Amino acid sequence: MSDFWSGWIILLTSAQLIALLWVLLGNRKKPKQEIKTTGHQYDGLEELDTPLPTWWVYLFISTIVWSVGYLVLYPGMGNYQGLLGWTSTGQYDVRVAKAEDQYRAMRDRYLALPIEEIAFDPKVRKMGRRLFGNNCAQCHGSDAYGAHGFPNLADNDWLYGGTPEAIKATLIHGRQAAMPAWQAILGDTGIKETTQYVLSLNAREANPRDAAKGALHFQTYCIACHGPDGKGNQLMGAPNLTNGIWLYGGTADQIAHTLRNGRNGKMPAFSETLTEDKIHILTAWVYGLNRSSSPTATAANF
Amino acid sequence: MKHDKIERTPSLMIALIIVAISFGTLVELVPLAFSKSTTTPIEGLEPYSALELEGRDIYIREGCHTCHSQMIRPLRAETERYGHYSVAGEFVYDRPFLWGSKRTGPDLARVGARYSDEWHRAHLYNPRDVIPESNMPAFPWLFNDTIDAETTPVKLATLRKLGVPYTDADIAGAEAAVKDVREIDALIAYLQQLGTLIQARR
Repeated sequence: MSDFWSGWIILLTSAQLIALLWVLLGNRKKPKQEIKTTGHQYDGLEELDTPLPTWWVYLFISTIVWSVGYLVLYPGMGNYQGLLGWTSTGQYDVRVAKAEDQYRAMRDRYLALPIEEIAFDPKVRKMGRRLFGNNCAQCHGSDAYGAHGFPNLADNDWLYGGTPEAIKATLIHGRQAAMPAWQAILGDTGIKETTQYVLSLNAREANPRDAAKGALHFQTYCIACHGPDGKGNQLMGAPNLTNGIWLYGGTADQIAHTLRNGRNGKMPAFSETLTEDKIHILTAWVYGLNRSSSPTATAANF
Repeated sequence: MKHDKIERTPSLMIALIIVAISFGTLVELVPLAFSKSTTTPIEGLEPYSALELEGRDIYIREGCHTCHSQMIRPLRAETERYGHYSVAGEFVYDRPFLWGSKRTGPDLARVGARYSDEWHRAHLYNPRDVIPESNMPAFPWLFNDTIDAETTPVKLATLRKLGVPYTDADIAGAEAAVKDVREIDALIAYLQQLGTLIQARR
């Protein structure tokens, strides 16, 4: 702040305090004085000019004394910082540092341990749930069961892999799916035929003639990501098309829509948002959603 | 000054009341309007693009600011949830500012890049589709209506008069930039840049 504005604030603040005191004391009447009326009369009722109660006047004076003390200790007078050196961001930093001291040791302890080991620790479950509620539930649902276009995280079916490393990589770097739109290449007939083939992959009712033609399209275009048997590829986030789990719906219409327009689901990266220790705990929490709750059994599984 | 004289002279009383209640504004607000710490943009801050500006106007039109604040206070509970506290330099080109004072929904000061565009589309079309517990209204008409591009250059020119550094090229290209764009896309463009200049870890 420039010296001018600093002076402006100091001047106006002091002037107001002095003016208040002056108005207050200047209008003070001694209780002994004769009580006059203001001369106003309303239907025979007179308005008295009673002096301010003594206790009230002292209360008022004490607020002015208080304000002087406050302005000495805290910043208020322009560029003057106050004897205590208080700032709102300084107070914030102190509180954050205190919380860090309190929690960091605990989080660091978990960070040093492998995901499999801490996934069922009650404290990790609790912290993970909070972190999930704040950062993930908006898309994946407060129960982690997902929504249309946002994967279920508790069904042990993974687009990009369900190992601790894969889950952590997803959290840190995010994911960008790239299912192209096939309308221009396949045309209406091709889309219909491929849809029937995808239905048949799930042993669902499909027109056999269309499905047979769709298989040819599939082997030409879809195989690169979804594999020859349609089981998907976690390196590319290409979903398994044979297990009846549909991110964008599994009706013939919905599958055809996906084929026609493509899909570009996006998981945002959290490396800039969450610290490493928090990502570690979240990974463990998500991992634990998909495993037996007995830690020994889990360890044996790996 | 004797109070009965003041009380018997309404014009004097009015003048003194105005003086008394002006002190707060003169001391607390007026210096800020001339202070470098509040009028200097933070590093990297650009005026809103034509698209973002139209999105911002939709945000105002739909009353988003009545339920969502855009002001993260320096309190640990808030920064843990929303990210780095807001600083004055982020809002230099905001006219009017949309800090808000009520949080029926969460603060949006740093909602930019936090969710995918696809999520915003699903959520604005019907919030219950992604968050079953949500009580936010749905905004399906944003998907049908397009922006009135004719007024966009006027908005930019007006903001330039108020001190936002738009170039002639910005104003000339404004209409083309938002022509036939759906309102939802403008709104999402606005939301996706909110608070992204300051990245802080939680």
